Amino acid sequence: MPSTTDYTASELLAVMSSRLLKNGQIVFAGVGIPLLAATLAQGLHCPGLTILFEGGVIGPVIEPGKLPPSTNEQRCTIRANMVLASTDVLLLLQRGYVDVGFMGGAQIDQYGNLNSSFIGDPAKPKTRLPGTGGGNDIASLAQMIVAMKHEKRRFVEAVDFVTSPGFLHGGTTRRDSGLAAGGMYRVVTDLGIFGFDDETRRMNIVALHPGVTLGQVQDNTGFELASAPDIGVTERPTELELEFLRKLDPERLYTA
Amino acid sequence: MASSSYLELRSKLTTRDRSLHEKVVSLEAAAALVKDGETVGIGGSTLSRTPMAMIWALIRARKKRLTCARGITSSEGDWLFGSGACDRMVTSWFSQGIVWGVSKVMRHHVETGKARFDEWSHMAMGMRFRAGAMGVPFLPMRSMLGSDVVRLRPEVREIDCPFTGDKLLLVPALNPDVALIHVQRCDAYGNAQMDGLQFLDIDLAMAANRVILTTERIVSNDQIRRAPDQTKIPFFAVEAVVEVPFGCAPHECSGVYEPLFRHMDYYTSLVNKDPVGGMAEYLERYVYGPQSWTGYLNLLGLDQLLEAARNGRSVSNA
Repeated sequence: MPSTTDYTASELLAVMSSRLLKNGQIVFAGVGIPLLAATLAQGLHCPGLTILFEGGVIGPVIEPGKLPPSTNEQRCTIRANMVLASTDVLLLLQRGYVDVGFMGGAQIDQYGNLNSSFIGDPAKPKTRLPGTGGGNDIASLAQMIVAMKHEKRRFVEAVDFVTSPGFLHGGTTRRDSGLAAGGMYRVVTDLGIFGFDDETRRMNIVALHPGVTLGQVQDNTGFELASAPDIGVTERPTELELEFLRKLDPERLYTA
Repeated sequence: MASSSYLELRSKLTTRDRSLHEKVVSLEAAAALVKDGETVGIGGSTLSRTPMAMIWALIRARKKRLTCARGITSSEGDWLFGSGACDRMVTSWFSQGIVWGVSKVMRHHVETGKARFDEWSHMAMGMRFRAGAMGVPFLPMRSMLGSDVVRLRPEVREIDCPFTGDKLLLVPALNPDVALIHVQRCDAYGNAQMDGLQFLDIDLAMAANRVILTTERIVSNDQIRRAPDQTKIPFFAVEAVVEVPFGCAPHECSGVYEPLFRHMDYYTSLVNKDPVGGMAEYLERYVYGPQSWTGYLNLLGLDQLLEAARNGRSVSNA
């Protein structure tokens, strides 16, 4: 019997971000939490949600216990409406068919820029990370939801490298660079839900998860967070949501 | 006037015998068709339809200084770097797979400057192969602008669109010397049919100067002609055909087998613990050691192969 007071940070992330999705949307989802959250949303409140995968998949049905190891394997294609070339599914972003791009993040800054390429100076990196994949394309061309763990080392004032663009240097810099559409919409963490100021494009607090304090959030963030005028409090994950997630990922591949 | 490089690109196709003829060879003979220093496009993506047997044969043939290009790179990239066959990987993502974290083999080679990892967005890789397949020098796109990914890419140009004034990124065509592509079936002439995800393979095949096909099985030309709509790569693009069952192991081939997850767990823990010694140990035991690809499969083990095959076929049960 799942307990509603006993859930992992990853389960909290999946539940909170799934609630941001709306019926009828087309969601370009990465593997891990985004895939779980999109499937959860589809199962519980968005039967008309369509999932796209970077490998080249339109509208698959994810089988419980058979989560794909990336968005490029046959498990991603099960009961899909269509498979197409990876280039062509990515071009759907550019054409404007995608309502939400949904990714995880390793490092994010105050303007929502994501780094998954380098720690340290790119010319002489301390750590070479795996890189963008389709992340840059998704973040360049769609409204974004990012789900990630809230830690000070992950929430930094400026990322070492902008792999996937948020609002770049804030203000109008994203549009000025030629990125005409899309941008960061929400960042969902295990502490709360965050948005971006319409003018400055700096990250602010939209809602806190139950029991989380403002001080706790600021302590775990490497830059000063603005507060939206009224900060909400989210509702804790329900039994139904947790049960669904645990059936989907019984081996705790992504929810440990 | 057309540029000399464009005419040269065309002439590379015309020097090959493009008649409908048999071109079935051994893995070793196919490996001999790839020369040191060439640019090699690799089909499939991440853990899917990776031409693993062909890469295995190239490493055994002690190829050097290859530049390899693939949409998304997994453990075959470790093999290519770790063996010294490749010193430059052009790709959008490079690690064994998200569930195994960051590849220490990739990190070791890139961070010590032993090899290069040129990062492009996935769509940019796709557009570069597509431009190559179209016979044009570039294609415009709207992503990568403003990011640091583009700052590290001297190959691109930003322009204001001559029609609309929109800012666009031009990415150059990528025409590999050779493409390595694994498919579920093809005939002896190289008419290739693939099931499931195509990834960037069709553009890659048409962009490359020549294609080496590996296939789960060779079927008759009659069977190909009964369903020509299923043929995705035409025979005249193909230089050699090699029949290699389980030719993607330990990765997957859609509808035939899933990845051998237990072997991938074993492999990643070995090389991520010790990217130099562990990689050398793996290459010695699994790549240089066996007498043949079947010998490699023997080392993977029948139980793992059968499990992967059972899971692979289940894709059509849902």
